[in-house]
Amino acid sequence: MAKSYIPLLIILGVTVLNAVGMAVASHILNPRRPTPQKAMPYESGMIPLGDTRHRFSIKFYMVAISFIVFDLETIFLVPWAVRVRELGWGPFVAVFFFVVVLAVGLVYEWKKGGLEWE
Amino acid sequence: MTDVLFILFAVVATGGAIGVVTGRSPVASLLFMVATLASLAGIYVLFEAHFLAAIQVLVYAGAIMVLFLFVIMLLNLGHDYRADLKYGSWTLLSLVVVGLTAGVLVHGLMGTEETGLRAGGAEVAAAIDAAVVEKGAVGVIADPLFTDWVVAFELMGLLLLVAIVAAVVLAKPRDREGGN
Repeated sequence: MAKSYIPLLIILGVTVLNAVGMAVASHILNPRRPTPQKAMPYESGMIPLGDTRHRFSIKFYMVAISFIVFDLETIFLVPWAVRVRELGWGPFVAVFFFVVVLAVGLVYEWKKGGLEWE
Repeated sequence: MTDVLFILFAVVATGGAIGVVTGRSPVASLLFMVATLASLAGIYVLFEAHFLAAIQVLVYAGAIMVLFLFVIMLLNLGHDYRADLKYGSWTLLSLVVVGLTAGVLVHGLMGTEETGLRAGGAEVAAAIDAAVVEKGAVGVIADPLFTDWVVAFELMGLLLLVAIVAAVVLAKPRDREGGN
């Protein structure tokens, strides 16, 4: 049983080696000519001064909710898709209505401007 | 080997849970919670529930944690709030909850083969193993979900619709035409 996890361990090892290798190699190989701009934590980004504990726009929450809802939709579609031939038409209809219900949600969100950033 | 891994994951999960409630910063608590949820995914793998483990990482450690993070950022939890309950009531409430949970667990584990949590354990485990061999790890979840539990499945779709509508109502830009 434990043997079947060896490919996973190999993936894990390659990933870690790759990440560490990139960080170490760029540290060894890169030329260093620092300027004040380059030394900033986020070059060309926000200047991180002051308290980080200020409120963020609720627009981010809208994005997060949409992400979770359609993430869950995908996750419920995957088991059905894997077994679609064995399950037959009844579950097909069930999944169809499931997708329609969520499509209604998507259209509602779209019409109300929930997908626009402004 | 499995026992060692289980103890490792269980210790990380419990430690993370303790970190969640003792952490000073809400964001630190959130990261402890990610550790707990990831360890739970590891425990699911040890139970050979691989699909559930993948979902646990994708949905809980990924999406739900992003939502928690946004809620923490939106709520502006930088300053101390007055607790809703007095210190003593919190202690009492925690003891009651912990005691009841422990009671349920002890009752379940000490129970007989008919009444306890392990009732019919060997047969159920064998049946599940046979089903996994026959249908695959995903099929074991898919077949009941889309046949016996299809009503719950559709209701869950409606629940997700409610979540979208609620989010739009809460977060919709106010200055759009129509005025509401």
